[in-house]
Amino acid sequence: MTRITVGPFNRVEGDLEVRLDIESGRVARAEVTAPLYRGFEQILEGRPPLDALVIAPRICGICSVSQSIAAASALRQAMGVVPAQNGVLATNIAHAAENAADHLTHFYIFFMPDFAREAYAAHPWHGAAAERFTATKGSAAREALPARARLLEIMGLIAGKWPHSLAFQPGGTTRAIELGERIRLNAIAGSFRGFLERVVFADTLENVLALSTPSELDRWRDGRAGDFAHFLRLADALALADLGKGPGLLMSFGAYHDADGANFRAGLRASDGTISALPSDLITEDVSHAWMRETSRDPAASRSVPDADKADAYSWCKAPRLAGEPVEVGAIARQAVDGQPLITALLASDGSNVRNRVIARLIETARLALSIEGWIKALRLSEPFCETSGEMTDGRFVGLVEAARGSLGHWLAVGGGRIERYQIIAPTSWNFSPRDSDGVAGPLEQSLVGTEVGDAGARAVSIQHVVRSFDPCMVCTAH
Amino acid sequence: MVGAEGMTRMLWLQGASCGGCTMSILESGASGWFDELRQSGIDLVWHPSVSEETGEEAAELLEAIRDGRERLDLLVLEGSVARGPNLSGRFNMLAGTNRSIYHWLLDLAPLADYVVAVGSCAAYGGIPAAGINPTDAVGLQFEGSDVGGALGAGFRSKRGLPVINVAGCAPHPGWIMESLLALTTGDLTADGLDAVGRPAFIANHLAHHGCSRNEFYEFKASAEAMSERGCLMEHLGCRATQAVGDCNQRSWNGGGSCTKGGYACIACTSPGFESAQNYLQTAKLAGIPVGLPTDMPKAWFVALAALSKSATPRRVRVNATADHVVVPPSRSGDKRSS
Repeated sequence: MTRITVGPFNRVEGDLEVRLDIESGRVARAEVTAPLYRGFEQILEGRPPLDALVIAPRICGICSVSQSIAAASALRQAMGVVPAQNGVLATNIAHAAENAADHLTHFYIFFMPDFAREAYAAHPWHGAAAERFTATKGSAAREALPARARLLEIMGLIAGKWPHSLAFQPGGTTRAIELGERIRLNAIAGSFRGFLERVVFADTLENVLALSTPSELDRWRDGRAGDFAHFLRLADALALADLGKGPGLLMSFGAYHDADGANFRAGLRASDGTISALPSDLITEDVSHAWMRETSRDPAASRSVPDADKADAYSWCKAPRLAGEPVEVGAIARQAVDGQPLITALLASDGSNVRNRVIARLIETARLALSIEGWIKALRLSEPFCETSGEMTDGRFVGLVEAARGSLGHWLAVGGGRIERYQIIAPTSWNFSPRDSDGVAGPLEQSLVGTEVGDAGARAVSIQHVVRSFDPCMVCTAH
Repeated sequence: MVGAEGMTRMLWLQGASCGGCTMSILESGASGWFDELRQSGIDLVWHPSVSEETGEEAAELLEAIRDGRERLDLLVLEGSVARGPNLSGRFNMLAGTNRSIYHWLLDLAPLADYVVAVGSCAAYGGIPAAGINPTDAVGLQFEGSDVGGALGAGFRSKRGLPVINVAGCAPHPGWIMESLLALTTGDLTADGLDAVGRPAFIANHLAHHGCSRNEFYEFKASAEAMSERGCLMEHLGCRATQAVGDCNQRSWNGGGSCTKGGYACIACTSPGFESAQNYLQTAKLAGIPVGLPTDMPKAWFVALAALSKSATPRRVRVNATADHVVVPPSRSGDKRSS
């Protein structure tokens, strides 16, 4: 057996180290390390509660809006305020824009460049993949980055700027949108649809979302232009559906609430396909393998105090568990729990894996583009965007939202008008969790086991595909 | 286009960072940032978020630079330098290298022609340095507004400059690119930096300049609650009259800015902005905001404010506390003179 270390593991958000025990050319055991700790939870303690709106989003530059709305959601309960409906819609538009921008960044900048590597030079498809996706040089980024920047112009109108905005308040959003601005929002949504339909899918969003079975997807792909079909052909050539199997349980906190409830429902999907209500009171965090002092397992009662010399620890990330189990989160979980037909069928066929995670992100992007169009239309421009009443109260409050990469929770305790405790469990805390006190490995650690590395060792591209298929956000992970 | 040999070699590293400065710079360039860099003669040697090289390939590249086998023109850091615990740097290891970012920076910074701190974290410590500063986070050459930081007050890069601080949380993509390009053309010199290392072409302006709420400011017609249209200085915490940056002379994300977005400037370009509290409330003493414009006698400001308040047109007064325009400008300007 040999032990290899992969790091700095780049083209993820933040830094990452993976240690692998290799037996007969395959991964026998994996350990995942979040190598950065900044101490946001310690920084928040003792501050006025509303300061969380400044501090918390700065955990993460790529899912800053998600962090903002998780904080705003917890504070909303503390203040007993009902947000203005326009504020809810404007938040949804901005949040969906961030979510979709993150999916584009992942696909074009983080994930696809691995197919352009020299290690694949002998494959007949390599020339086209390299022309399109080579990191910083491929033709795709020349289209994807401007499309992303254009989509993020939604932030200029609703949020002032991105990342790190104070527009997302407990009572709604801080800028009332006028008619001209709604027209501009529509134009941006139109540009985004145009990019998706021309470059990503080479088909209408409606046609893409009508696909509901693996065989329909295969037929649709054949002979089709566009980067999604390109990916599907690469995924088949490399059997990516057999790579990086998830642990089985998929979780979503639910997202994009409007007058009709959550656009993406909350819940838990078991590996047999049954979907149940989310037992959010059974969320715990274990610090047995984290460089953290012992504390309560209940995020509503725990604190974070680093202990860099702790024996048996190997990550700054704690180990979140739901009813004692590791769970996978992300677009695939969100779409599965929501019952999206194609993702449901793909999961029934071959479960959570590298291929299906990427498909779920792009299907979700198509859904988000349609939702954004609908929310812009639903704004009632003569009505308020922000409810400004509400007084801060002491107590324990929870904000549960979905970031691009999955379920994000903020547990806030207010006492004497100040933050007593603040605990954050981020999406990649779930996916890239270290082992717990029972020795149960986290989702990525389980997914890597069995991956073939052959003679390439630490340079095996298969490892890159598995890790990046989760779209890790390491700056959120340990925060 | 310059050949690869003549190009400026730039290495971008992330310390105790949120990655937001990278998210900002990825908005730059009409055909994307990568094209813009090439067209500007910058060869991005390695960037953790975008480069192909990973794991040992990336580590070997950094070692080659450290050992002098590869040239380094621009060293960019995004994120604070987490020195703790006990100056070990272990709160922020560069994965796979068994060495902290702090120690990598001590190795690499003296080898670069120029060292650029992108964002207020790399410049001054920023958000990770707030509160109890759990990781002993500092900027490259400042700890808050005190010179020193990770590299020390005496540090000068190979071309003789201190660290260039492109402050902001996150900075405008234009601030980052223009600073980098002004270095490559030799137009940004030590004289072009302010007292805390910020490029003067940015820091010679105040965030207040060009604010779309200017008429409300002139008449001290103030918003009282979030989302109202009035000036945010008197009640809602706005620091734009004291914070440097041409924020309101640029468009953020196609047309925004903090004050256009409806919320206060929190002075994110200033050292120590992370240590404030109650960001969205104006601190007052005897009813007068504590933070007034710094280069104006306070008594004059108070006298002028009282005068302008008494002269406030009804339109401005009413609209200041509304979230939509309630009273439009009078139509007299439309009338033809006969």
